[in-house]
Amino acid sequence: MAEYNEMSDEVLRERTRALLEEAHPEKCDSVTFRRAQYEHGLAWVHFPEGYGGLGLNPRMNVVVYDEITKHSKVVHHDPGEAIIGIGMGAPVVLTYGTDEMKKRLLPKIFSGEEIWCQLFSEPGAGSDVAGLATSAVRDGDDWILNGQKVWTTLAHISRWGMLIARTDPDVPKHDGLSYFILDMRAPGVEIRPLYQITGEAEFNEVFMTDVRIPNSHMLGKEGQGWRVAITTLMNERVAIGGGGSKKKGGGSAPLIKLWKDRKPGARSAAQEAILRDKVTRCYIENELLRMTSQRARAAQKSGNPGPEGSVSKLAHAESLKRMWEVAMDVMGSDALAFEHGYELRRSTPGIDTPRGLAKYQFLRSRANSIEGGTSEIMRNILGERVLGLPGEPRVDKTVPWKDVPRS
Amino acid sequence: MPIDMSFTEEHEELRATVRAFLVEVSDEQAVREHMSSERGYDRDIWRRLAEQLGLAGLIIPEEHGGAGASFVELLIAMEEMGRALLCSPYLGTSVFAASALLACADEATQKELLAGIASGEKIVSVAWVEPNGRWDLAGIELQARAKDDLWELDGAKSWVLDGHSADTLLVVARTDEGLELFRVDAGAEGLSRELVPSLDLTRKLAQIDLAATPASRVSRGDQTAALEQVLALTKAALAAEQVGGAEKCLEMAVEYAKTRLQFGRPIGSYQAIKHKCADMLVQVELAKSAAYNACFVAAGEEDDLLEAAALAKAHCSEAYFLAAAECIQIHGGMGFTWELPIHLYFKRAKASELFFGDAALQREIVADQIGI
Repeated sequence: MAEYNEMSDEVLRERTRALLEEAHPEKCDSVTFRRAQYEHGLAWVHFPEGYGGLGLNPRMNVVVYDEITKHSKVVHHDPGEAIIGIGMGAPVVLTYGTDEMKKRLLPKIFSGEEIWCQLFSEPGAGSDVAGLATSAVRDGDDWILNGQKVWTTLAHISRWGMLIARTDPDVPKHDGLSYFILDMRAPGVEIRPLYQITGEAEFNEVFMTDVRIPNSHMLGKEGQGWRVAITTLMNERVAIGGGGSKKKGGGSAPLIKLWKDRKPGARSAAQEAILRDKVTRCYIENELLRMTSQRARAAQKSGNPGPEGSVSKLAHAESLKRMWEVAMDVMGSDALAFEHGYELRRSTPGIDTPRGLAKYQFLRSRANSIEGGTSEIMRNILGERVLGLPGEPRVDKTVPWKDVPRS
Repeated sequence: MPIDMSFTEEHEELRATVRAFLVEVSDEQAVREHMSSERGYDRDIWRRLAEQLGLAGLIIPEEHGGAGASFVELLIAMEEMGRALLCSPYLGTSVFAASALLACADEATQKELLAGIASGEKIVSVAWVEPNGRWDLAGIELQARAKDDLWELDGAKSWVLDGHSADTLLVVARTDEGLELFRVDAGAEGLSRELVPSLDLTRKLAQIDLAATPASRVSRGDQTAALEQVLALTKAALAAEQVGGAEKCLEMAVEYAKTRLQFGRPIGSYQAIKHKCADMLVQVELAKSAAYNACFVAAGEEDDLLEAAALAKAHCSEAYFLAAAECIQIHGGMGFTWELPIHLYFKRAKASELFFGDAALQREIVADQIGI
């Protein structure tokens, strides 16, 4: 589908140098620099001209990055909070948005001035997202939204939300959904932190009561929301990427360190031997994941990819949980303390959580097999899409959504 | 440097050739026939495997009449043989004995025996483990005695692959210098060999007794380090064979789950069965990564072969056993019968897990290697 413009690396480097002459990362802040980067078409070079790109092959983004790092000690990377906007918001706006929307929204996504969030999951729609119940009812040029979303990262600082709502409850579930861009400052939008097992809130609950949303903020056509959402979710996979360490022993290094630092004399020799075996198992599991992603890369390179890529999410989630369980066992009674405390507070994932603390990871890793597809859903996907096993008989696919039982 | 686990077109061709050959010569009926013979394999098939496909001497250098291929080619052959449950002396002769000769033996012995293995004319077996059942080198107690200019062996060796029918045995024994390799030919004085009824019908094992048996010392000086490498190489190859068997079990299970109807629908549509299959797939894919990694390490210059091989053997053993055991479970009552071939894989899985030391021992080696 994609046809890219031709441009030599050298020309692209020249253009990058022209940008650096106008705005240099060492001499201006991130927003100023990234605004200029967008104007020069060097934000995401695979986007069309006029929208922060040059219509080039996405592989050429590294050329720009390389040239910038060559001439500047400071690099204004994608701001952490902008990840959802850049990874999912921008592609969906580019694909489905009007020209006016693209001009209004894309520059500020890239500059990080406007943060985005994703409003898909609901309390009653977890694995079964397409069964969601938030309703949008047409009223003149507007839609009136009522419902609740959950697990919304960054909602509290977001300017815009990508939202799916039910515009027609009388048709089967996938057919009655529409996709909107929601102004998070609109009246009737209420955001509350959702405190989790660690005491922190990485996520929010978003309540919508009679929120007005203009029809012009619908992406795609009425009833096509699922298809638009799939585009977003596919980009989510690209944005999140594969897990696992690339370095030998990397993934299990924190556990190995705990083991080496264990208190001497806390256990009998027999207990030590049992625990050593458990630690070794964890080391091996991490190595298996590393080798599998290496094998997946090799298979991709030779154009012969097999199922090795698809098993990673499941295997990774389960082995991480096991590793942190064993870490607790290694710490033994010292793990009875939780120095970090359970202060209920907001946090941004990957930015201000105590990632190095094994006891924290022991708690946080429970989500690994739930977020981004539960391990049970991943097993269904492996069973049905990779192994070709038949699906379960479905009671929700052909009946009107309103007739499907819900908890 | 991460290893590049890529296969070339030539590799894919080799895989297709070996698979086609094994489909022809080692279908289920052939396996059942060969495993019930005392020798345990078919000599004509072995000859064709050596002469037509050049597999018997796959890792033997060209100067000794072999194909001079690496462990990457070997892993392909082993994986396919594991799938087909081929009854043959391949593991014992073409991998274990060939590796031992290459690592430890003097030139004259190499010249003679490697050529014999490559041409398919000679079956050579390594006699390693002893009645104490220990697979680590410290477990080897058999003492070689110098007598005049010759050597004599007294003692017993257990679980010798094809030991009852091999033309030559390579016996690992102690001298004043350390562990060394001795050659004992069939028919030697004081040598008695007894076929042991084995759990895995597709691989023959023998008990060897040596009573003042004359032997020739084919190594010079302590071979402990070399023998550790030999064991690691053989485990890497066995791991690839385990992967092939595990893949086959997964395929049989999935095929059955798609076609077996109960309560009006395929049993594979139930999550209880589907999730079992998904878990098998995960373990088999991880096993493949470990076995390939070990064999690519064996083929290259990396120095962590002991770890890579033990890691592969540990995981591939458990993955194969899981796949075979769940394959039985998914087949229900039929899985428990003699009539279906699953029990043959199940037995191969357990036996190959225990051979060279079980998964727990392999993990201990990994732990030692990474220094924890």
